[in-house]
Amino acid sequence: MTKVNVTINGQPVEAEAGMTILEAAQLAGIDVPTFCYDPQLFGAGACRICVVEVENARNLPASCVTPIWEGMVINTESEKVVQARKANLSLLLANHPLDCLTCEKSGECKLQDYCYKYGVTESDFVGDVKDFPLEESNPFFERDMNKCILCGKCVQVCHEINGAGAIDYAFRGFASTISPAFGEPVENSPCVFCGMCTDICPVGALTPKLSKFKGRAWEINKVKTICPYCGTGCAIDLHVKGNEVVGASGNREGLANKGHVCVKGHYGWDFIHSPDRLTKPLIKKDGKFEEASWEEALSLVADKFKAAGAEGLAGLSSARCTNEDNYLFQKLLRVMGSNSVDHCARL
Amino acid sequence: MTAKPKIVVGLGTCGIAAGGREIYNAIEKALTENNIDAELTQTGCIGACENEVLVDIAKPGQPRISYGKVTEEKIGEVVTNHLLHDKIDREFALGKIGEGELSAEYDDLPYFFTDLPFYEKQVRLCLRNCGFINPEKIDEYVERDGYQALKQVITEMKPEEVVEVIKSSGLRGRGGGGFSTGMKWQFTMNAVGDKKYVVCNADEGDPGAFMDRSILEGDPHSVMEGMAIAGYAVGADEGYIYCRAEYPLAVNRLKMAIEQAKEKNFLGDNIFGTDFSFNLKVKEGAGAFVCGEETALLMSIEGKRGMPRPRPPFPANEGLFGKPTCLNNVETFANVPVVILDGPEKFASIGTEGSKGTKVFALTGSINRTGLAEVPMGITLEEVVYDVAGGIIDDGKFKAVQAGGPSGGCIPEDLLHLPIDYDSLTEAGAMMGSGGLVVMGEDTCMVDIARYFLSFTQIESCGKCTPCREGTKRMLEILERIVAGEGKPDDIEKLKTLGEAISATALCGLGQTAPNPVLTTLRYFQEEYEQHIFDKRCVAGICVDLMFYLIDAELCNGCGRCRKACPVSAISGDKKEVHVIDKETCIKCGVCVEKCKQEAISLQS
Repeated sequence: MTKVNVTINGQPVEAEAGMTILEAAQLAGIDVPTFCYDPQLFGAGACRICVVEVENARNLPASCVTPIWEGMVINTESEKVVQARKANLSLLLANHPLDCLTCEKSGECKLQDYCYKYGVTESDFVGDVKDFPLEESNPFFERDMNKCILCGKCVQVCHEINGAGAIDYAFRGFASTISPAFGEPVENSPCVFCGMCTDICPVGALTPKLSKFKGRAWEINKVKTICPYCGTGCAIDLHVKGNEVVGASGNREGLANKGHVCVKGHYGWDFIHSPDRLTKPLIKKDGKFEEASWEEALSLVADKFKAAGAEGLAGLSSARCTNEDNYLFQKLLRVMGSNSVDHCARL
Repeated sequence: MTAKPKIVVGLGTCGIAAGGREIYNAIEKALTENNIDAELTQTGCIGACENEVLVDIAKPGQPRISYGKVTEEKIGEVVTNHLLHDKIDREFALGKIGEGELSAEYDDLPYFFTDLPFYEKQVRLCLRNCGFINPEKIDEYVERDGYQALKQVITEMKPEEVVEVIKSSGLRGRGGGGFSTGMKWQFTMNAVGDKKYVVCNADEGDPGAFMDRSILEGDPHSVMEGMAIAGYAVGADEGYIYCRAEYPLAVNRLKMAIEQAKEKNFLGDNIFGTDFSFNLKVKEGAGAFVCGEETALLMSIEGKRGMPRPRPPFPANEGLFGKPTCLNNVETFANVPVVILDGPEKFASIGTEGSKGTKVFALTGSINRTGLAEVPMGITLEEVVYDVAGGIIDDGKFKAVQAGGPSGGCIPEDLLHLPIDYDSLTEAGAMMGSGGLVVMGEDTCMVDIARYFLSFTQIESCGKCTPCREGTKRMLEILERIVAGEGKPDDIEKLKTLGEAISATALCGLGQTAPNPVLTTLRYFQEEYEQHIFDKRCVAGICVDLMFYLIDAELCNGCGRCRKACPVSAISGDKKEVHVIDKETCIKCGVCVEKCKQEAISLQS
């Protein structure tokens, strides 16, 4: 790989050819604020919060989409840059509800973080504000477009990663918003509720219902695990507060999924603490289920297998098992003398 | 076959809007009624819009006489007088074009292009055919050396040579950016790709601009020929013309021209029997101004929402459908056949050091001669405003000229000496833009003009980047406040800071230039902003909220009509005594002015 030498904030940095200014800065451990940037998505250059000063450049280029060149001299926090970022934040703040006290995103909101960093306490501009109704008709997440800063990452993740293409920009100018086609609620769109948009949203515009009022960002412990719903083996983070699972999100370190998730892995966790959940085996006695020990239950099953004989035995496996699980399952059935093995996905 | 007299009616959109079709029908009727055998045909806009409807009559062996502002009632008479009695109606005659025998009594008729002040300083390269050919008949284009440049290029030159010719001509993009056309072609030629495209930006959207429309309506083939030449040079076999749907006549004529060119094999496979094939499609825009921005335009052709994307990659490397794409505007392509046929040296001999050739301008506003003018680069704004456009109407005083549409700026009187070229205009805070020149007189409020342009860019902002979407909105709100008389002392500073931040950080050209009308009016007319904010006055008399109605005590006879008519009882006064208007109560509806027979009530600032 060809090396390119640049100077960032006076510090010489050896980066790789083809890198953006932002990537070179990250390589050097220099933090540049971003809203719309995500390494998994095509560079949009939309939010302009990552602008930097480049010597001899006409404007302040967006670092996330500007490639580096040999000898480039970059300043990521010059006075001009800071002024531009403050103006940008002030503009966003002028059109953003300041309900941080009850906002689900508080504590991990990028708008909050950057306003804090640059000391933007209130907007310089008072005028019209967006007034969209809260969209909460679907079972999985809420869409509050009044909080949306139009970074466009939800649109990109929906088109570029999921492929559903359920949402896009609508209208122009100040009226711009993100919407399913024809302003329909999201459940009437091709949305498959993977919820990756809620994971990627930098502010509180898209929030999972499962987690609502269940805990603040700083109270949540993210526990990495493998999603048990199917055999793909997606790495997810269970959001745990105390001893309760209050949500989940994709984990980007997952080799199988790189942070991508589906509706089940994202939202299908309310069963964990459901009062209807079975925690002990039940055996039906006199037409009624009664709690039993595992030993008792397994013995009963073994007796029934024996009574049925190989001819009377069939196995039905599940998509929630891994390939290895399913292999072992059919092996077990064959050892028991039956070739009648099937799988729920064929139903 | 003996040559027939020829009658040509200007039927561009401008001519049609002025009643050209009715004139055409009236002529047809007059010819039939009088049994006159003459060829009646149409042409595109010749540029002299203020004289529409234009009708040219030419008898064999005589110069062509151009009649302007003809009326439906009189045109029959004009035609019969001319054709049957060799009588030229001086009420309508503008001038003569070409040579030939003409009765000595008409020796004083001016020559159209050399004597009429509107045309005297013009050099018509791009518009060479506009007003002369019937755009719906390819043969008329071919007669005027049409497709000769393409033939020369593909039968005698290598692509590299074509690029070299365009480079040495000094031709720069006429869409506003002013990038070297030859360089752009070279980048696309050198780009690696199994498929390449040529795209013509015909999404002319600036308020007051109609250069590209006139070229497409009057001479579509020269644009198509330029595109085919570009296709050969860069190695593309397919092209798109992205034309706004609001130009239905241009779209129709383009589609017609493409069909005719295909029949003649100037487009299609194996053009002129060579290996070179080139096909063209028209893609209609859906009304978004931002689609004039090249990356948004490409997105729109691809069927996506027209939104700009960052550059690099530039279209020359990754353009339409991700393929190398050569993208130029209408006027640029229309110049290409001229450069090839006349040679790059001749083209480069016109204009200035950095800006070669000519530029077409759409002249509008408070001027005596509105229309389309093609002037050599380097001509001063003063010459264009006074010599070509004839100065301000009613001998009014010049205030500013808005160059470059909503992205441009307002240039004041003391900069009128500026030569028109890319670099001088940029230095003045304006830009060449696509060529709209809106001339404004003393009765224009510069704050209100800035507000108007901001309202345009705000509505047309694509919504993608924060500075443009949110910033132009806040600038607009401040301007709306100022014209409403609610300006605050720090508003000027806020406008400057915000404007500069938007310019420095917005994603695309639209956003980066959106504050220009505000920044230039602040630069050259700051005192007007101050008058609005601090004195609550609008000297131009435009901002109604800053005006008040006043009854002239000398003229008022106390008739009481105004008092009775006032819907909010703001007027008081005894019978036969001078009446007065209470400024606080008055809602400025103006009813009192209408009622006053003494003309004693007027709007004051």
